[in-house]
Amino acid sequence: MNADLAIAARQLRFEQKAFWRNPAGAVFTFAFPLLFLIIFSTLNSGARIADRGNITFVTFFVPGIIAFGLISACYTNLAIRMTISRDFGILKRVRGTPVPTWAYMAGQVGSSIVITFMLLFLTVGLGVVAFGVDFRTGTVAGLFLTLALGASCFCALGLAVSGICPNADAAPAIVNFSIFPLLFISGIFFPLDTAPHWLSSLAKLFPMERLADGLQYAFDPRTPGLGFNGGDLLGLLAWTVAGSILAVRLFRWDSAKT
Amino acid sequence: MAAIRVRDLRKSYGHFEAVRGIDFDVAEGEVFGFLGPNGAGKTTTVEILEGYRQRSAGEVEVLGHDPAKGERVLRERIGVVLQETGVERFLKVAEVLELYCGYYPHPRPVDELLALTGLEAKRDEIVKKLSGGQRRRLDLALGLAGDPELVFLDEPTTGFDPTARREAWDVIRNLRSLGKTIFLTTHYMDEAQVLADRVAVISGGRIVAEGPPNRLAGRDNATEIRFSLPDGVAAGRMPDLGPATVAVEGAGVVVRAHDPTPALHTLTGWALDQGVVLDGLTVARPSLEDVYLELTADAVGNTG
Repeated sequence: MNADLAIAARQLRFEQKAFWRNPAGAVFTFAFPLLFLIIFSTLNSGARIADRGNITFVTFFVPGIIAFGLISACYTNLAIRMTISRDFGILKRVRGTPVPTWAYMAGQVGSSIVITFMLLFLTVGLGVVAFGVDFRTGTVAGLFLTLALGASCFCALGLAVSGICPNADAAPAIVNFSIFPLLFISGIFFPLDTAPHWLSSLAKLFPMERLADGLQYAFDPRTPGLGFNGGDLLGLLAWTVAGSILAVRLFRWDSAKT
Repeated sequence: MAAIRVRDLRKSYGHFEAVRGIDFDVAEGEVFGFLGPNGAGKTTTVEILEGYRQRSAGEVEVLGHDPAKGERVLRERIGVVLQETGVERFLKVAEVLELYCGYYPHPRPVDELLALTGLEAKRDEIVKKLSGGQRRRLDLALGLAGDPELVFLDEPTTGFDPTARREAWDVIRNLRSLGKTIFLTTHYMDEAQVLADRVAVISGGRIVAEGPPNRLAGRDNATEIRFSLPDGVAAGRMPDLGPATVAVEGAGVVVRAHDPTPALHTLTGWALDQGVVLDGLTVARPSLEDVYLELTADAVGNTG
């Protein structure tokens, strides 16, 4: 067991090395959310949102970017990475070794979570230092539980979607197409308080909205208590369960048909 | 105990039976060559032995285990070198080896793996930048990471230049001298002839020949004596060569005899007597390649 934990830890360490040496992955997953944060926060530096108790735009935008970073690292990056690994036969090679499935997967998922937390600290740090966001310590518990459930949910969905992608060339298109329309209707980049009711109801069915809303709740100065948003947490939990079942059913080690 | 034991192995894909009841054994410490054209059931058989595919019927034992169960204890004792399996492109050679060594309980040290496969100079090279031949050597090194008792080598030298092939052969001979059992699939008959203790030829889902490569090559086949006669000397002037057949093929003469010694004696005696030069005289048994082509001729073009 301890030996297997060491295997998982080593896998994570080498996944991290490989991630930072691959310019495409590092730029799209890591630099994009930070770039969005800087550009949009600068453009809206004086703005306030009347529908949300007159909070500054950045207080709304920082949790959105945290959600976007989490989805990029746990869903987009993981799904594309695993499809490439399968298409190149890396997964087949791994399958021929005695490495336990859980230890290998823990290394992959762990690497995505490490990236998520790096993005979290940089996003919050930049928000506080450069854009004067008021970081609330009282709701940290709610923030972290939302993040933990969000990471589980999107990693499971990422593994599941890699099973649907036929090959490495198709993966970026499929993965991005499955995520971007939902990102825009989920109130991540701009608030949807004035959007038609049916659209916001539709968005609430998906985990992107639940994640963004849960994180925004923890950042909202009007939020009481520890910052747990029950509806959002339950929504993410349901998607985590569904995503895990899908991942087990759809994930493939080998691109061959038989 | 046999390292591999296969009895009446069958595998069907829908209505198509790719493997139609094959039997063979591979002894411990043996280099076993498994030959056959594409679509003959070769890859299916190998992947069943490696645990990648499930058989439809029959018995299979690899190091005493049923590979279909996917047991970890078995994977710890075998090494698999497949064709076209990738490696994490952004890691260095030594890093990939360290990662894979970590999967096994008793790995071979990274430095030894590098030395064994001639990759010492490339240890800090990013995998992405390796040449095709170097990548193949890395494949081999990764297959040996767990210091396996049994190694599956699938077309280990495809794409190698002649020098690299000889080097790879030396690696395989080294493994054999360390007492490893090697299951070698190859398209190169010279490779099987040089390396394998025993070969089996699969064609149309059945084993059509099995035995040591030299005996297989010599099996039922006459030795061939080839030479050219000078202009003006007709083949009809040659003496009676006993129980041998004489054929004129192009500019040359081919004598096929099951016992070549008396035929050769008569032939060279006549040539010396008559002052006839037998240009390009060779005596050879058919190569494994000739026999292989003959054995698999029916199946060629049947399946993809």
